[in-house]
Amino acid sequence: MSTRVQKWILSGPPLLYLLVFFAVPVGIMVVASFRYAGEFGGLAPLFGTGDPDEVAGLTVESYQRFFDDRIYLELFAKSFVYAVLTTVACLACAYPLSLMIARSPKKSRDLLVLLVILPFWSNFLIRVYAWMIILGPQSLFTRAFNGLTGAFGLEPMPLLFSPIAVLIGLVYVHLPFMVLPLYANLEKHDPALLDAAQDLGANAWQRFWRITFPLSLPGVYAGAALVFIPALGIFAIPDLLGGTDSMLIGNLVKQQFLDARDWPFGSVLSIVLTAAAILFAGLAAWFGRPKRA
Amino acid sequence: MALLEIRNVTRRFGDFLAVDDVSLSIGTGEFFTLLGPSGCGKTTLLRMIAGFDAPDGGEIVLDGQSMTDVPPEARNIHTVFQSYALFPHMTVADNIAFPLRMAKCPAADITPRVKEALDDVSLAGMEKRFPHELSGGQRQRVAVARALISRPKLLLLDEPLAALDAKLKERMQLELITLQKEVGITFVYVTHDQEEALALSHRIAVMNKGRVEQLDDPPTIYSFPKNRFVADFIGECNLLDGTVASQAGDAMTLDVPGLGSVRIVGSPGGSPGAAGTLALRPEKVSIGRELPADCANRFHGRVFDYLYTGDVTLYIVEVEGGQRVEVMLPNSAVGRSSKFFEPGDGVQVGWRDDAGHFLPD
Ligand SMILES: Nc1ncnc2c1ncn2[C@@H]1O[C@H](COP(=O)(O)OP(=O)(O)OP(=O)(O)O)[C@@H](O)[C@H]1O
Ligand SMILES: [Mg+2]
Repeated sequence: MSTRVQKWILSGPPLLYLLVFFAVPVGIMVVASFRYAGEFGGLAPLFGTGDPDEVAGLTVESYQRFFDDRIYLELFAKSFVYAVLTTVACLACAYPLSLMIARSPKKSRDLLVLLVILPFWSNFLIRVYAWMIILGPQSLFTRAFNGLTGAFGLEPMPLLFSPIAVLIGLVYVHLPFMVLPLYANLEKHDPALLDAAQDLGANAWQRFWRITFPLSLPGVYAGAALVFIPALGIFAIPDLLGGTDSMLIGNLVKQQFLDARDWPFGSVLSIVLTAAAILFAGLAAWFGRPKRA
Repeated sequence: MALLEIRNVTRRFGDFLAVDDVSLSIGTGEFFTLLGPSGCGKTTLLRMIAGFDAPDGGEIVLDGQSMTDVPPEARNIHTVFQSYALFPHMTVADNIAFPLRMAKCPAADITPRVKEALDDVSLAGMEKRFPHELSGGQRQRVAVARALISRPKLLLLDEPLAALDAKLKERMQLELITLQKEVGITFVYVTHDQEEALALSHRIAVMNKGRVEQLDDPPTIYSFPKNRFVADFIGECNLLDGTVASQAGDAMTLDVPGLGSVRIVGSPGGSPGAAGTLALRPEKVSIGRELPADCANRFHGRVFDYLYTGDVTLYIVEVEGGQRVEVMLPNSAVGRSSKFFEPGDGVQVGWRDDAGHFLPD
């Protein structure tokens, strides 16, 4: 059998998977974005809407709507800011944690990794509801938080249904996706490199900044992509923990499909979101590409 | 005054003594080797000198200053690791410049010094390569250049040639000797390869089970091993156990069971009745149907087996009493491919009375 045939056979299953679960849905969405909304939700039939200018029931009206009103692009920008903040906060929490796990004795590492993924064993919504209690007005957490900010002369403020609650929720939910790739990377570092650096005069900070950190960048990029992309499109967290002003692009998409029942406009939003996600995945893959053989 | 003083250094892991009361004094510009079998504590001792491990007892003094509370990064000691530990994300030039950058060397000085260091190890023009783009020997040179560039007082090398093939190893040995002479920096070299130790060192400390068994220059170590362990570990050696039968001046007779009496001259120690061992190098033993006239000790026997190694052949001869004696015969003495003896051939073996070295028990 030629290697070409082998290649195609081997790449068959993943290609099929991508086709069924990615290419086809995106294709359907692209088509939907050019169609009219149906009177009672969904999509209008392709023919016979009665509009004399209509060409087979297709229109760019939903795209016009998206670009005409600045509010949608602003919502994108806001979601982008939340996703960036989430990624940065996840990185800040996950890096020390991953480093600690990677440098703990071999025996305890597996247990610690298990603890990181333990939350996955319970339902996502239950965990977010738990945060509603933690962030509630009467909770110890909220009182401690307000005590702390009060020490800096700030007025006490409710946490639940605020942007802070949304951010906390976003970071909480996505943290394991940052920890796992980072840990997988850090765990592979050769400890002899740190010995060598120290031997050659590097102090603890220089060893981290010149050796550990640059070598961990592929893990950082992978984790950043795994956090940033879902955080950009998430709707459950702002729905549950956010206030009226905490709507993100994910909520708008959900609203268009489920509440406003404007599928074409929902599709336009989804396409822009997917394009952004692909862009960031591509950037992460490019920065994280292995530089060594 | 010695550059490095190791005073009664001890290191325990649990109740296992990895380094047991070692004292050494190493001079400036010396090529000093720690030689010993696997697990004898060489790396442990080296790590304590570098500062990665602390002795449980004793003290390490560099240039008159106790190193007890000095962390590795502050010791003027650099190490060439067995795995080289080159930084994979840095080019050769950045790897070599690393110690200079850590020492806050002005940027303008770095480039010329890196270039000079690369010239020293004949890697000119390789600045931009990454470690994975180098051969084993080249990596080894980068590791040495990196460790030497900021001119430490002491360079530690932990089996730096162990990963190289025999040919390359030999070349790197020659390069290391030349380099050490050029830079004049003290080398402390760790190896379990006795040939390497003999070839490179000014002095060798032979270690066993955490202790130093003998500390001498290579010819002395080879010709006058202090005890059975050293004699056996360094090179091939016949160890003939016996009892001293008589002694007069610097001559003695040793009764070796299975062999007979052996005359030994020039080895101190041993009064009649004392047990001891004659250490006899195979290359000092003659073999033949006839023996040279100066062989004071002669025994008849049969060739039991032989080992052909190209330049020499090692014969194992079983003498009439049953004792086996190893004899080394250079193949230059024979034609191109023939051998002198086959297993079963009747031969004589013999050696001069000053050929061996007596080790009292
Ligand atoms: N961290 C440690 N914990 C427990 N035992 C150790 C530790 N480090 C070394 N040892 C033990 O100490 C002894 C000496 O080890 P060391 O690494 O110094 O040997 P070595 O002479 O360098 O051997 P090799 O030639 O194989 O490298 C070994 O028996 C080893 O098992
Ligand atoms: Mg070792």
